[in-house]
Amino acid sequence: MSIILLIEQILNGLQFGVMLFLMAAGLTLIFGVMGLINLAHGSLYMIGAFAAAAGAAATGSFVLGLIAALTSAALFGALIELTVIRRLYARDHLDQVLATFALILIFSEATRWVFGSFPLFLDTPAFLSGTVTLPGGILYSKYRLAIILIGLAVAVGLFLLISKTRVGMRIRAGENDREMIGALGVDISVLYTMVFALGAALAGLSGALVGAIQSVEVGMGEPVLILAFVVIVIGGIGSIKGALAGAILVGLTDTLGRTLLPVLFASFMDPSAATTVGSALASMLIYILMAGVLLFKPTGLFGSA
Amino acid sequence: MLPERMINLLILGLLLAVPLVALAMDEPFIITLATKAAVLAVAGVGLNLALGQGGLVSFGHAAYFGVGGYAMGILASHAQSYTPLMEAPFLIEGTKSMLVIWLVAIVASALVALLVGALSLRTSGVYFIMVTLAFGQMLYYFAISWPAYGGEDGLSIYVRNGFPGLNTLDPIQFFGLCFAVLLIVLFVVNLLNKSPFGLALNGAHQNEERARTVGINVYRLRLTAFVISGAITGLAGALFADLNRFVSPTMFSWQTSGEIMVFIILGGVARLCGPVAGAAVYILLEHVLGGLSEYWHIYLGAILLFVVLFAKGGLVGGLSRREVHHAG
Repeated sequence: MSIILLIEQILNGLQFGVMLFLMAAGLTLIFGVMGLINLAHGSLYMIGAFAAAAGAAATGSFVLGLIAALTSAALFGALIELTVIRRLYARDHLDQVLATFALILIFSEATRWVFGSFPLFLDTPAFLSGTVTLPGGILYSKYRLAIILIGLAVAVGLFLLISKTRVGMRIRAGENDREMIGALGVDISVLYTMVFALGAALAGLSGALVGAIQSVEVGMGEPVLILAFVVIVIGGIGSIKGALAGAILVGLTDTLGRTLLPVLFASFMDPSAATTVGSALASMLIYILMAGVLLFKPTGLFGSA
Repeated sequence: MLPERMINLLILGLLLAVPLVALAMDEPFIITLATKAAVLAVAGVGLNLALGQGGLVSFGHAAYFGVGGYAMGILASHAQSYTPLMEAPFLIEGTKSMLVIWLVAIVASALVALLVGALSLRTSGVYFIMVTLAFGQMLYYFAISWPAYGGEDGLSIYVRNGFPGLNTLDPIQFFGLCFAVLLIVLFVVNLLNKSPFGLALNGAHQNEERARTVGINVYRLRLTAFVISGAITGLAGALFADLNRFVSPTMFSWQTSGEIMVFIILGGVARLCGPVAGAAVYILLEHVLGGLSEYWHIYLGAILLFVVLFAKGGLVGGLSRREVHHAG
């Protein structure tokens, strides 16, 4: 395998990881502040993708599509927080799982009802189509590079938001002691709605960005949601830093595993068997990684409790 | 308000009566629906041992359901094509005998549950939910990417497997068989719940610290419960595959895990016959709502949301007067 192909795959892995980070960051933030496990996060991802596809188709502008994705995911996030989610904060995890599972059923079927069962397609914008030449003469997709940059920018933005601003201070205070921050006069329910909407917007952004690479269809959110869970288990729940590290690790492991394992097996097996065994093993690789982390650090790489 | 024992008899009586009436009215489709409810109930009873009694919220029980299903699919497909499963180091042939298939399904799913449980039980709470869900998804992707047994398309078995003395292709006889399995499983689970093992399991659920203090090895206790729970769900998977004469990776999907959980919440968590009532209601909803609208999952979601938010005891809890403890 050539070194250029390898670098290209590493970049693809980064792009995948950055997208997973956008999902995992929202999940981990919501769990950290409100103690809630939200299965419907994948639905918000799907809503973002559909809003972007519909918005871009209606206006002809990718950027307007992105804005539509962010706002509609945030709005739906705030809506379900106000109607359903806030009744679940005091409940046990089983109730949270089942209620948000119910939300998945409702959102998926409603989307199928509105948009039909056929996938939608979102074109990459003209200014990001084609390739860019990286140092060393490597040609790489401009759009995928843009996703990496947007994801890293969001990561930096989140760090700054949480560590430097007043809202971030309240979020951190909420993670430490919910009752105390309420007693100190912070309107905790507004804070909760804001955090939930922020997480939803990140999921929507992720869905919209991926929508231009893959097809936009019902059920696209849950496989990503489960991968984001793997990321959180690896990184440690409640930690944004852990989410970033876990996401990059999972993205690279998955992408490189799918490229390298079949090649590796081909060095001592016959080619067709190598492809079969290699790709079957590659599809399980990140779960094996998760199992390894559980063996040595059951609370994740950056987890505390 | 009725005692729970009465409600259990009522639920099982109804599940038995419906196919008998359907037989008299010559409605084989309804018998098949009742069979499906009985088989799914077995899966729910299996999960309820871990989830209700043990407080282990496993979102990955589709793994064992699928392993059971593929145990049936792989053995029967080899018998169907007269090819051995393996020849070296010793010969293993496929089989069309349900008893052998059930045994293999139980052992295989118990082994998988032992592996998954040993890792997952190192965590607790939300981690446990996410880890079990992830391991379930791992097997789903493995089933899709492994081409030997149909890959994404699954495996079709043309003739239902045999049981000594029965014609399993006759709907009412197959229902009777599945119902008998359900009764045996309920009997065993009831014995377990009332045994020192079950009491310790429930005790560790209510207060882990205290259980530890009186000298109970909580990890081993929970792992045992998890393995038994997985084995029962695996048996249900083998029956389900035989009912459809088809297995596919869908049996491994996260939706299947979710559905098995839904049976429990609809029926009542930690109630012996809760999953039976839940599975029956689910099949009824699927049939009635599915007939009304293609988008029946919206209604199912709304009902589920209502039950979780406002009617926590589920069906059995609503009818019964005795409270059961199931704090997460």
